[in-house]
Amino acid sequence: MDIKLEVQNIKKIFNGRKIFSDINFQLENKSALAITGRNGSGKSTLVKILAGVLSPTNGQVDFYLNGKSIDLQNRYQYFGFVAPYLQMYDEFTAMENLELFARIRNIEVDKDYIDLLLKRVNLYERKDSYVREYSSGMKQRLKYAFALLHKPPLLILDEPRSNLDAEGISVVYQIIQEQKQSGCVVVATNDSEDIQFCNQEIDLNQFRNIAK
Amino acid sequence: MVFKIILGIGLTLVIIAGIALPMVSNPSSFFELPVVPGLEDKARIIFFHVPTAWVCVIAFITSLIYGIQYLRTKEILYDIKSVTAAGLGFLFCILATVTGAIWSKFTWGAFWNWDPRQTSIFVLLLIYGAYFALRSSIEVEEKRASLSAVYSIIAGLTVPFFIFIIPRIVSSLHPDPIINPQGKIHMNPTMLVIFLSSLTGFTAVYYWMFNLRVRFSKLLYQQQMKEQE
Amino acid sequence: MNKIFNINSALTIFIKDFRSELRTRYALNALIMFVITTLAIILFAVANETPSIEISAGILWIVIFFSAMSGMARTFVSEEERGTVMTLHLIAKPSTVFFGKLLFNLILLFLMNIFTVVLYLILIPSFIIKSYDIFLLTIFLGTIGLSAASTIIAAIIAKSNTKGTLYPVLSFPILLPLLMIVIKSTKSALEGIEIAKAMGDFQVMIAYFVVITAVSYLLFDYVWKD
Repeated sequence: MDIKLEVQNIKKIFNGRKIFSDINFQLENKSALAITGRNGSGKSTLVKILAGVLSPTNGQVDFYLNGKSIDLQNRYQYFGFVAPYLQMYDEFTAMENLELFARIRNIEVDKDYIDLLLKRVNLYERKDSYVREYSSGMKQRLKYAFALLHKPPLLILDEPRSNLDAEGISVVYQIIQEQKQSGCVVVATNDSEDIQFCNQEIDLNQFRNIAK
Repeated sequence: MVFKIILGIGLTLVIIAGIALPMVSNPSSFFELPVVPGLEDKARIIFFHVPTAWVCVIAFITSLIYGIQYLRTKEILYDIKSVTAAGLGFLFCILATVTGAIWSKFTWGAFWNWDPRQTSIFVLLLIYGAYFALRSSIEVEEKRASLSAVYSIIAGLTVPFFIFIIPRIVSSLHPDPIINPQGKIHMNPTMLVIFLSSLTGFTAVYYWMFNLRVRFSKLLYQQQMKEQE
Repeated sequence: MNKIFNINSALTIFIKDFRSELRTRYALNALIMFVITTLAIILFAVANETPSIEISAGILWIVIFFSAMSGMARTFVSEEERGTVMTLHLIAKPSTVFFGKLLFNLILLFLMNIFTVVLYLILIPSFIIKSYDIFLLTIFLGTIGLSAASTIIAAIIAKSNTKGTLYPVLSFPILLPLLMIVIKSTKSALEGIEIAKAMGDFQVMIAYFVVITAVSYLLFDYVWKD
C-alpha cells in the first residue's frame, strides 16, 4: 500500500488564541514522524487535526492511498489512534468493546485476530473483565488493540508510553517498528527514546521541519 | 455624516407626520389620512410598530446568513456580525412585542390574547432568547460560533411551519398592514409614503447601529488578540 | 443509502447504546418514574373535575414533551461526559453516528409514549378516543418528529456547560410548530373526526420530520466536530 499524508499551512486558533500556524510537512511510505514541543505547544491539537477529529482554522490535510485522495469523512478507515485522553466504553468488557468497534467500523469480526491482538498487549486473560475494572495502564494497552483492529496504514500515537510499564513500552516499540515496515507512524512525544525510531521531526516551538 | 443628518431629519419628519396629520373620512388634500373603520387614531401604530417587526425579521435573516458564512469560512468576523445582528433583532423584537401589546390592550381589550401574529413574535423572542442562552453557556469561541449558527439555521427553518400551521388552528384579528388576500392596498398615497419612509428609516437606523456595533466588537476583538501576544 | 451513512454501523451504534442502557439504566428508570410522577400531579390537580377535550389533549403532549426533555439528551451527553466522543469519531462517519443516535432516541421515545398513553387512558376517564386511526397516526408522526428535533438539539447542548436546563429552552421554539399540530390532531381524534379531514395535519407532521432530519444530517458535522 502506498500512502501519503500532506499537511499544508495548518493554522489553529483556539478560543481566540493562536496555537500554531504555517505547519507544513509531508509523510510518505515507511517513515515515522515525531512531533515534539513543550507542554502547551499544541502537540495534541496537531495530532487531533491529523487524525481528522478536529478541524484546523486554516489550511488542509490531504491523505492519499495508492495515489487516490481519500475524503475527510472516510479517513477513519485508514487511521489508528492512541492517546491518553481516548476512552473506551466502561460498561463493556475488553472483548465486547473490540467486537463493537469492529462492527461499527463495518469490518468483519475476526475473533482470532482480536484474540491475537489481546494476547499481544497482554490482556488476553482479562478480556472478559469490564473496562471500568481496568487499571490505567491496562486501558492504555487496550487502546493499542483498538488502534490496530482494522490494520490501519497510518498509526497516530499521542504520548505512546503514558501509563505503561517497561514490558508495555517494549510492546509499543515493537508495534511502532512493525508499523514502519508496512505504513507510517506519527508520534507526539517529548521523550528522546520515542524519537529514536523517527526519521522526521517537527518541533512546534520552532515551527521547523528537521530531516534526520 | 451626511447619511446620519438625512436619516435624522427624515425620521423626525416621519414621526411628526405619522402622529400629527389629521385623519378624515374623505381625504382630499395631500396632508390628510383616511380613517380606518374601527381603529381610528389607533391605526397610526402602523408607522412605528410594523417597521420594528420588519427590522426584527431582517435582523434574524442577516444573523442567519452570517451564521452560514461562518460555518463555511470559520472566519470569526462573521460570527461577530451574526451575533450583532441577533442582538439588534432581539431589541427590535422586544419593541415590536411591547408596542403590539399596548395597541392590543386598547383595541382588543387585553395585552395578550395569542393572536397568530402575537404567537409568531413570541416564538421569535423565544428563539432569540434561546440563542443567547446557548451562547453564554459555551466557553470556546469557535465552538460557540458554530453551534449558535447551527441553532439559528434550524430555528430559521421551523419558523415557516407556523405559516402553514397557525391558520389551521386559529384565525387572526390582526389587520393586514399593506396587502390583504385580495391584493388591495388600503392606504391612500400620503399614508403609503409615510409608511414606506418609516420602513426605510427604521431599516437605515438598524444598518447604522449594526455597523457601529460591528466596528466596536472588531476593535474589542483585536485588542484582545494584541493582549495575548 | 450507504453513501449517506452506513446502515449496519448505525444499527450497531444503536445496539451499543441499547445494551449500555440496559446495563446502566441511566435513562430508563428515571423516565418511567418521571412519567408516573407527572401523571400523579395532574391527577391531583384535576381532582374530580372532568377536563375538556382541549385540556386533556394538551396535557398529554405536555407530559410527552417534558419526559422527552428529561430523557433524550442522554445519548449525546453520556458520550460527552465519558469522553468517548473521540472514540466514535475514529470509528464512524458523523452521519452514521447521527442516524444511530436518532434511531435510539426514536425507539426510546416510542416505548415511553406507549407507556404514557396507556397510563393516560387508564387514569383519565374523560380521555376517550373516538378515531383510533387519527390518534395512532398522530402518536407515530409526533414521536418521529419529536425525536428528530430533540436528537440534533441534544447534540448541540452536549457541547455546552449547562446541559440540563438549556435543553428544553432550546428545544421548545423548534418543537412548538409540531406540538401545536399534534395537539390539534389529538383533539380531532377525541372529537371523532374522519381521517380524511385530518390529512393536512399529517402532511405538516411528515414535512416537519423530513425537514428537520435533512437539516440535521447536513449540519451535524459542524456540531459533532470540535
